[in-house]
Formats: sequence, structure tokens, C-alpha cells
Amino acid sequence: MSQAQKPRVGLFVTCLVDLMRPGVGFAAVKLLEDAGCEVIVPEQTCCGQPAFNNGDRATTRDIALKAMDAFAGCDYVVAPSGSCAGMLRAHYPELFAGEPELAARSAAFAARCHELTSFLVDVMKVETVAAALNARATYHDSCSGLRELGVQAQPRKLLAGVEGLDMVPLRENDTCCGFGGTFAVKYGEISDSIVTKKCENIEASGANLLLAGDLGCLLNMAGKLSRRGKNIEVRHVAEVLAGMTDDPPIGAPGKKA
Amino acid sequence: MTVHSTTPQFKQNAHAALRDAQLQQALGNVRVNFVERRATAAARLPEFEALRDSARDIKNHTLAHLDLYLEAYEKKVTEAGGHVHFARDSAEACAVIVDICKSRGARTVAKGKSMVSEEIGLNAAIEAAGMRAIETDLGEYIIQLRGETPSHIIAPAVHLNKEQVEQDFRRVHVDLDKDRDLTAPESLLAEARAVLREQFLSADIGVTGANFLIAETGTSIIVTNEGNGDLSQTLGRAHIVVASLEKVIPTLEDAAQILRVLARSATGQDMSVYTTLSTGPRRPGDPDGPEEYHVVLVDNGRSSMLGGAFQDMLRCIRCAACMNHCPVYHAVGGHAYGSVYPGPMGAVLTPSLIGVDKGGNLPNASTFCGRCESVCPVRIPLPKMMRHWREREFERHLSPAGQRYGLGVWGFFARRPTLYRWATAMAMPLMAFAGKTRGRFASLPFAGGWTQYRDMPAPQGKTFQTQWKARGGRTR
Repeated sequence: MSQAQKPRVGLFVTCLVDLMRPGVGFAAVKLLEDAGCEVIVPEQTCCGQPAFNNGDRATTRDIALKAMDAFAGCDYVVAPSGSCAGMLRAHYPELFAGEPELAARSAAFAARCHELTSFLVDVMKVETVAAALNARATYHDSCSGLRELGVQAQPRKLLAGVEGLDMVPLRENDTCCGFGGTFAVKYGEISDSIVTKKCENIEASGANLLLAGDLGCLLNMAGKLSRRGKNIEVRHVAEVLAGMTDDPPIGAPGKKA
Repeated sequence: MTVHSTTPQFKQNAHAALRDAQLQQALGNVRVNFVERRATAAARLPEFEALRDSARDIKNHTLAHLDLYLEAYEKKVTEAGGHVHFARDSAEACAVIVDICKSRGARTVAKGKSMVSEEIGLNAAIEAAGMRAIETDLGEYIIQLRGETPSHIIAPAVHLNKEQVEQDFRRVHVDLDKDRDLTAPESLLAEARAVLREQFLSADIGVTGANFLIAETGTSIIVTNEGNGDLSQTLGRAHIVVASLEKVIPTLEDAAQILRVLARSATGQDMSVYTTLSTGPRRPGDPDGPEEYHVVLVDNGRSSMLGGAFQDMLRCIRCAACMNHCPVYHAVGGHAYGSVYPGPMGAVLTPSLIGVDKGGNLPNASTFCGRCESVCPVRIPLPKMMRHWREREFERHLSPAGQRYGLGVWGFFARRPTLYRWATAMAMPLMAFAGKTRGRFASLPFAGGWTQYRDMPAPQGKTFQTQWKARGGRTR
């Protein structure tokens, strides 16, 4: 990438990272800057999935239009989430089908949107990251990233370059963790059964660190692992890749002041 | 639908299913066996993905010209000496079939496995008319003995274990030796075969479903692994095929294409053990076969799906790959859905059959993980169609009030970025402070559906956007 023309990347923080774990956002900024990008963070809220997946198309459209405006000046839009990137990339164009002008605009917008690890590997051609962590980790493939965007090899490729990190396989790594956005609350009992099976597989993997690329899934799995009394750390993959693991893991007690 | 549906009680059904240890054990087999077998079969065939495209295209082409292919099919069946009956709904379909059976003086009707016969409630109609319906598929036979409905569209008794089957056989087959050994699965199979053989021979009429109806030739095709379909349809005086109208496809070559993805997607077999083609009744000089051949084509709402948001669902070839790969099906099993068709395909089809006001729970009970679509041999966008139902529900104000209210409040802020940033900048540090000591919440107001089952990790503190601004990060 030439020095003069750094690609301008708009960070789509995602509402969960913005509210629950801003550290993931700063990890994403570091990874993007290290890869040679100029990062901007336009004022934003959410990709609109809660409305979209609960049948409220009008609200989803409003949110999508706002988001497309907010990121209008960016070469790329990158989200530390396969689910939100999938919404921007796969579903925004659906919202405007049959409206030629907006359909074209949303298709052009969608083509610029990427999930973080796949953007680093596939677009920025990042080969390795400068990070180290002594841990035995396993990786859960979040559904939207995996099936809507084909994110599977990219995070593993980058994780392979983290010094001291031992990756172990996870059985049924491509099955859902039971989060599903509002599903986890609307059908809490079924969600519980699904995340319980997921935790059994995580516990059987022998890992002491669980990684994934979506905070929704991570909150769900971390919440269930701690409820089960398991001492397995849970982090977003960006934190490890950026070498920013000083914050306590997801759901762990804060540092003593 | 004539069959009683418990779909509106889906949550209660699911609650009971999650507490049924025996059921949970049986579902564990679905979760592992079907998934592994399908993956192996797909990996073995290099052109599998291309065949899925081809299967999708064949069905799409047929649906775009369904009227023409149905007419062509009817003409060919008639030329072969058979009769085609069009039935608008379950009641009409049952009436036609019962009438054929009664007018031939039938006492016993042997049935091959057919989901559409479950949909129209055929067994009940046959029994109500004073005749016996005997299911000849092993799984269907077992659940008929138990007075149950199928819990899976290709493995109807998948919710049971062999001890339960043994108990049922001992309860029903009372004329057999009380001390016989039924511990091995093979012995159960042998006993069922022996009992069913007598039933086949005594049957007056055979009823089967159809996997395909061929417009080019007027042929109906069924695939089975037990050969029961062959016996059902050839030993009786009349063979009645009952099928929903989207089963028609243009040519035998098309069927050969789709068969290559059907069994692989369903059970992981390259082909089912029996693929049986029937065209018309026995011809002069034929050594066997039925004297009469009837086809009852059931609409039951399908024609109204044509040209609409749910047309793609009519591509379904009933392989069950979607439910075999569904985490919700794995959790609660087929009966919890309370409908004839469970799993993702059932979640899309059921509201079409019974209305979204009664069936709305099913398309909502999905995490949208997309695994169903990723294995569907005809590439039906199942999550997208479930979302369509949620949109219909939302538009008609059928979704629960609490959910709508919560979504409304969230939507108000999500549409107003500056207000959103303000409100969250105030709220998150408070929440972070409250959760700092443990790093998580064991219970939270308004989030009981979450914290009843798992902890809610505490937020880190100030929002990302607050911190970004404070650091002088660029926003444009």
C-alpha cells in the first residue's frame, strides 16, 4: 500500500462493542492502523438487526439509510463482527430491492463492507500480526460470519501468528451458540439448551481461552460458562490479535482500583 | 388442516421436551448421525454443489410453469389408464380417497409413508369411514401403534428408543410368544416385517405418497428404504397416490438429477434402497399390479404461495436436511412444533397452512444461524422466509406487546445517533460500576429471559464512542 494513499476505513463499532466492550473497538483500530489504514469512526448506533429480525422493516430502512449516510466518505466499512458485517453486506441491498436508486446505492455500500479479520487478510493482505499470548485457545465460528461471509480461514490464519498461542479444535465449531439476538431472550429456555451443548464442547476442548469474532455470541457463551462455574477466559479475537489483553476477560471481575 | 395443531403452545411444548431425558437422548443421535452422514456423502461427490444448483433450477422452472406441467401430467396419467383428482383442501382430498376405498368395498387400506397424508389427516378419515388404515413404513407403523404423529419427516419415530418400541410390540402383538427375545434391533425389524407381511396380503387398497410426479410420462416415483411402498401399491386392487401439487417435475431426467441430491441430503445414502416408478394400472399381459390407479393432487394453500414471498418453499423435496442440522430442532424435537412439518421447513410452511396468527411462534423460534439454508439441496432461503413471516406478524400487530414496546424504545434511539450516544454515555458507566466487583450480573431487570439461564457480563465502562471523542479520534 502506498504511503501517500492510505485507505480510509470507517469503523462500524457495532452497538454491542460500543456499549459493552469498547476495548474490542480499540483493538480493531490498532489492527487497522497497523495494516496501513486511516481509521475514522462516524457517529453511529446499530446495524438494525434487532428491527430487521423482528419484522420491523420500516425502522430497519431508516437505520440503514442513516448508516449509509454516516459512512458515505469511507473507502471501506469494517466491523469487528460477522453478524453486523453480514447485515451491512448481505441484507442492506435486500431492504431496497425494487427501488432502483437506493438499490444501486445500497449494493455499492454493501460491496465496501467487511468483517474485520477477513478485511485484514483478504483486502489488506495482512500475513501476520505482532502479538503474543500464552494460552491454549479454541475458536467458535459465529454463524453469520461463517455462512453469510465465508469467514473461517482468516481469523485462524492470523491467530496462527500469535506467539505462544496454542490453538485446539472445538467439536461442532460451526453450530450456533444459541444467541440469535433477541432469540436468546424470547426463547431463553431453548437458547439455554443450545448454549449448554456449546459449553460442553468448549469445556471438552481443553482450552483455557475461548475466542470468537462476534460479541453477541461471546456474551452468551461467557455468561453460560460463568453460570456453570467454569474458569475459561473469553475474549474477542481482535483483542488477542492486537495484543490488547490487559483488560479483564469478558464477564470477569474488574481490576482493583 | 384437519389434524389438531398444538403450534400455539410451542413454548410449553418446548419446555416439556427439554425436560424429557429419553427424548433428549434420542435427539442426540439426530444431532450427530444425520449431520456426519450428509457431510460425508456430499464430500464424496465432487459435483454435489452443482447438482444443488441444478435441482433448484429444475424446481424453479417447474413452478414458473406449474399449470402447464400439471395439465401435461394429468393427460399422461389418463392416457395410461389412470385417474387424476384435484383436491382444493384436506377435506376434499380425504373425501375423494375415502370414496374410492368405500365404493370398492375396501376393509383395509395399506399405506406407504406420506407426509401429505398426515397433513390432510387421512388415517382419521379412513377410520371414521369404518375401514382400517395400516401404516407399512416401520417408523410410521410404530407411531401408529402408539397413537402418535411423526416427529420427523423422514424418520417419524426418531424420538423413540428401541426399548420403547419393544414395549409397544409386546403390548400389541399379543399372539406371539411372550418369551421371545426382542433385545436386538434386528429382532424388532424381523417381527415388524412378519406382522406387516400379513397386512399387505389382506389389504384391499394401497395408498402411497410421491416424491416426484413426472409430467412427461404420467409416472409417480417414491423412494423408500424398506420396500414397503412397492408392496403397498402393487398388492391391493387399487393404488391411490396422494401428493401435493408441487411434486410435479417435467421429465424422468429431471427426477434422476434431483434423486442424486435427495438421499445424500436426507440420510447420506447415495441412493435410497428402493426407487419405485408407477405409471397407470396393470396393463393387459402384466403379471401383477393394481387394477386401478388414482392420483389425488392436494392444493391445501400451495397455489396461493405461487408468485408470492413464499414460492421458493414449494421447491422443498422433503429431505429433512434442514431439521437434521437445526439447533432448535436438536433441542426440542419435532413434536414440540405441534405441526405436521417440524424444523425450519415446517417453520416456513406451517403458517401457510394454519395461518400466521396460530403458527407465528415457529418462524420466530430460530436463531437465524443459517445452517438449514447451507444444507438445503434446493437452496431454499429458509431464514429469509422465516423473517418474511415475522414481517407479516409485525405488520398485523400479532407479535407480543412487550416485545413491540421494547423494540419501539430501542428503535427510537437507534434512529437518533446523537441522542443514542448521549443516553448510552450516561447509562453504561453506571452499569459498569454496578457490575465491577463480579464482572457480571446474575440477574437484571427486563432481561430475565437472559439471566434466568446465564450471567450477563458487565460492560467495561465508558462507551467506545465517548472514549473515541475524548481522545480526539476522527469522526469524519
